Formats: sequence, structure tokens, C-alpha cells
Amino acid sequence: MLPYIIRRLLWLPVVLLVVSLITFALGYYGPGDPIQVRLGPRSNPDAVARMRHELGLDRPFLVQYADYVWKAAQGDLGESIKYQGEPVVSLIGRRIWVSAQLGLAAMVIGLVLGLPLGFFAALRQGSWVDRVIVSSSLLFAAVPTFVSGPLFLWLFASRLHLLPSAGWGGLFDSRVILPSLVLGLGLVAGFARQTRASIIDVLSHEYVRTAWSKGLAPQNVFGRHVARNALIPILTLFGLMLGGLVEGAFITETVFGIPGIGRLGVDSLFARDYPVIMALTLIVAVSYILANLLVDLLYAVLDPRIRYG
Amino acid sequence: MADGLRGGQGPWQSTWRRLRRNRLAMVCLGFIVIVYTSGVFAPWIAPYSYTEQRLYEVKRPPTLAHPFGTDELGRDLFSRVVWGARSAAVVSLVSVGLATVFGVALGALAGYAGHWIEAVIMRATDILFAFPGTLLTLFVAATIKPSVLEWVRRLESLTGWKGLARSGLVDYMVVFGCLSIVAWPGMARLVRGQVLALRNEQFIEAASCLGASTGRIVLRHVLPNAMGPVIVAVSMGLGGAVLSESVLSYLGVGIQPPNASWGVMIWEGRDLWRTAPHLVFVPGAIIALIILSFALLGDSLNDALNPRLK
Repeated sequence: MLPYIIRRLLWLPVVLLVVSLITFALGYYGPGDPIQVRLGPRSNPDAVARMRHELGLDRPFLVQYADYVWKAAQGDLGESIKYQGEPVVSLIGRRIWVSAQLGLAAMVIGLVLGLPLGFFAALRQGSWVDRVIVSSSLLFAAVPTFVSGPLFLWLFASRLHLLPSAGWGGLFDSRVILPSLVLGLGLVAGFARQTRASIIDVLSHEYVRTAWSKGLAPQNVFGRHVARNALIPILTLFGLMLGGLVEGAFITETVFGIPGIGRLGVDSLFARDYPVIMALTLIVAVSYILANLLVDLLYAVLDPRIRYG
Repeated sequence: MADGLRGGQGPWQSTWRRLRRNRLAMVCLGFIVIVYTSGVFAPWIAPYSYTEQRLYEVKRPPTLAHPFGTDELGRDLFSRVVWGARSAAVVSLVSVGLATVFGVALGALAGYAGHWIEAVIMRATDILFAFPGTLLTLFVAATIKPSVLEWVRRLESLTGWKGLARSGLVDYMVVFGCLSIVAWPGMARLVRGQVLALRNEQFIEAASCLGASTGRIVLRHVLPNAMGPVIVAVSMGLGGAVLSESVLSYLGVGIQPPNASWGVMIWEGRDLWRTAPHLVFVPGAIIALIILSFALLGDSLNDALNPRLK
């Protein structure tokens, strides 16, 4: 176990370097000349050259990349173009907490609804309950957030007047309900389908029959034998869903006017604010990699049979 | 091998026969075919142009003249949905096609060549998998567009062709490129797994004993037998590509207005949900139904290709 953890952790900086190289290279070669963007198209060539030298943009690519990584390691990810030179880190730092709260609320909804729904569907496999749960989860998974967002707003805010329409007031404000439902529904669908599939799979195993036949109470059969074995694939999905959550946050925060990093990402995309887009891609990719590493390590805790050699 | 099958049913016919008996799969396939063909024949099917504005008929609910109503500029929503189907169809077919060609080729190469070739290809897929998919798509689309635009401008001045850069062709090229960059690793992993499983089968051994070359073995024996899961993945991937195209266009880095795309339509109608909810719901419902249809069709294809599993 320990050698595996060490090997995974040693591999981590390599992955991070390559990921940052890709983001940096795309930001470097892609969007045109940042000096021209700042000084305008009719600027004096001397001024352009001077500013290029001052900002260090006349150095070779690899030197600039090394500089970028060195500064990033110290928490400096450059300055925004749109917000007139405000450090990207402070722009993101102010908003990431909001997105984390929204993501947490959505994840709670996904787990609290998705796991029991999948569980009941598996227990009543083939019945009408199962069919309703399976087909509605397929349907919910197919509706994109930029459709369910306005749909929920129209239904709950405009027609039924049940919930407020937009804005942000923290995790304990009624305005969090609609956006986290919109974000969470896809998760509910995913978790329900995966839970159903893995419980059906586990129920067909011999050790479950043994557990029943030695007279264990249902809560022991399910609690000890079924749930623990069914959790592994669900955990994998959990790691992968974090990526989907970020993508959902881009759209949901825009639809509901929530000041998080998703909204910042969309604004930066429209403003072609590349330093911010680069930093967001890097930060999200790094957190995604770390989360999936954590999930892999959790396997061994949940299932003693998994031993990484 | 072909002699034994002559007169009987080949594996593809029997798959199609099993699929045809699945009524839900046929409904999904029918819906997909209708939407895609109406996209291809958009100029003949759409009753109005997708840019024609009638400013005295804005945000109308559905009527006989405008079956899906009109939008905030008085454009016919039905015509725009049909033209949007054209974007969705072209983008999904081309980008999934590219991803499939590259993914199958690289996956087969990795599985059959082994050694450092396999290591390089598989590490590349690992790195691309380290990014959350849509975020990578967005980032690539936002960053490569200026370069592609520059390249097309240079092509214009070299060849003397006019209007390429303004025609929206660049948008399509960017979307094709970034969707296939994100999609090929999944295909490559799938094919590599299939090849690794198949290469030790007896019929492959028999072929190589009979003196078949490696290329012939891969193309004639390994790949056709690995196609089942690839077809299922293509069906799922087409639905995913339709979604990705609309997300990119919604976020302003895909197909640009005034060109029609379902994502653009939803973006333009996003703040009008109080007064004209149909502007979002009509294209939204079509996107959802297309994704659902591809998912259900993929499931049914899976069942039809593996009759023993049921």
C-alpha cells in the first residue's frame, strides 16, 4: 500500500508539469500578442518592444514557461487583462468559496437523492418503481444545465412563485436551492444509475446468498456485505463527477447570477481574458487530479482486498 | 470463413435484425434520422431564412405560420431550429468521425505494437484524461481560434478566395478540432483493450500461422472483431458531441451568431424566460431528446451486439 501511494505521489508532479505545459503552450501560442492587446493595434513599435522586454515576453518559450511555473508555485498566476491588471489569484480567491458552497450543496443533493433511488430500484429490479427511476434518471441526465436552469426559473419563480429567482446569499439562503437543484439533478441521475447497477451486481454474488442463508438480518446483509462492496464503483463516479460539477458551475452560475469561478470563467471567455482562463483551467485540472488520486487511495480503505503492488 | 456464412446471416445482419425488433431503439433512430436529414436539407426544409427578421412579430408563441413561434428579433424559430440541426449534425458527424479514425488507429497501434509506442500513446491519453473534458474543450476552443483565423486569412491571401474568414468556417474548424482532441483518448483506450483481448485468440494465431502479415491481421481480423464496442461508443459520442457543440456555442466560443446553433439560440433567449420561455425550451427540448435518443440507441446497440449478455 505505502509503495503505491509513494509511486502515485511521485507521478503527481510529472502530471502537473505536463498539464501546466499544455495550458501554458496554448495560452502562449494561441490568442495572439498580449502587448498588442494592451497597447492597441496602432501602437509605436518602440513602445511595443520596450514593454515586451519589461514583461519578459522576448525571452525563449521554455524560459517563460519555467518562470510561469516558478511564479505559480509561489501563488502568482499573472494579472487579468479585463480587470486592469488585478492579480488572477485574488480574482479567483474571492469567488472560489462561493463555487465550493454551491458544489457542496449540489453534491449533497446528488448523494442524498441518488443513492437511495438507485438502491430501491435495484431491490425492485424490473418492477414499475425500477422502470420509473431508470427512465427518469436517463431523462434528467439528458437535459443540459442551460436548459434546466431557465426551466426551473420559469416553473418555480415565475409560475409558482415558490422560490426567488437569482442572486447569491450563501449556503443558508433560499436562493441557493434552485441552482444547486439544477447542478444536482445530473448527479442524482448518475449516482442512481451507478448505485442500481453495482447493487444488482453485488446481489448476484455467492457471499450475499451465504449471508442470507446463515440467517443474518437484512440490515446486516445490506449494511455489511452489499453496501460496502457496491461502494467502489460509486466512489469512482464521485471522483469523475467533480469534473462535471465544474462544467455545470460555468453555466449554472451564469444563469442564476452567482458570483463564483464559473461565472468568472464565462466572463473571461467572452472577454478573451486569457490569463484568467489559463489559471482557471490549471486550478480545476489540478484539483480534479488530486480528487481522483484521493478516490484511488480510498479504495484500499474501503476494500481490504485491493492491494496495490 | 466467408463460405460458412454464405446464404446465412452475417453478424451485422443479425445485429440489425435484433436491433429492429427493439421498438424504442427504432423510435430513437427515427428521431435522429429526421433531425439530421432536416439539418442536411435545411435550405429546402426551413420555411424562412435563419436571419430574416420581422420586427413587428417578435417573441410570438407558436402559431400555424410559425410552428415554434418567433424569437426576440422576429426570426422564425422553426427555421432556426432546422438550421441549428445542420450545425449539430455537421459538428457531431465530423468531430466524432475524426475522433474515431484517430482513436481506432492509435488504439490499435498501441495494442498491437506494444513497447514504447504503446507507452507514449497511453501516457498521452492519461494526460488528456487529467483534464475535466468540457473545460479542456472550452480552453482549447478559446485559445486556438485566433491562430486558426490567422491561418485561414493567410490561405485567403494565398489563393485569392474571398470570404472564407467571414463565412463562419473558422468556427466550425475550431469546434471540430477541439471536440476530436478531447474525444479520441476514450476511443483509443477502448480499442487498445479490445486488441489486447483479441490478439491472443486462436483465430488470430491461426491467421499468423497461415502467413498473414501483421497489417492484414490487424485490418482483416482484429479490427472487425473489435468494432462492436466502437459502434456503441460512436453512438454515445454523437450525443455527447451535440451537447458539447451547444455548450461551446452557448458560451460564445463555438458557432457564432448570426449562424444558427441550438446553443446560440438558448444563449440569446436566456434572459427572456419570464416572457418567452419557448425561446429556450424548444431548442432545449430538441437537444435533450437527441442526447436521450443517442444514449438509448447506444444501450440497444450494446444489447443487439452482445445477445449472450441478456
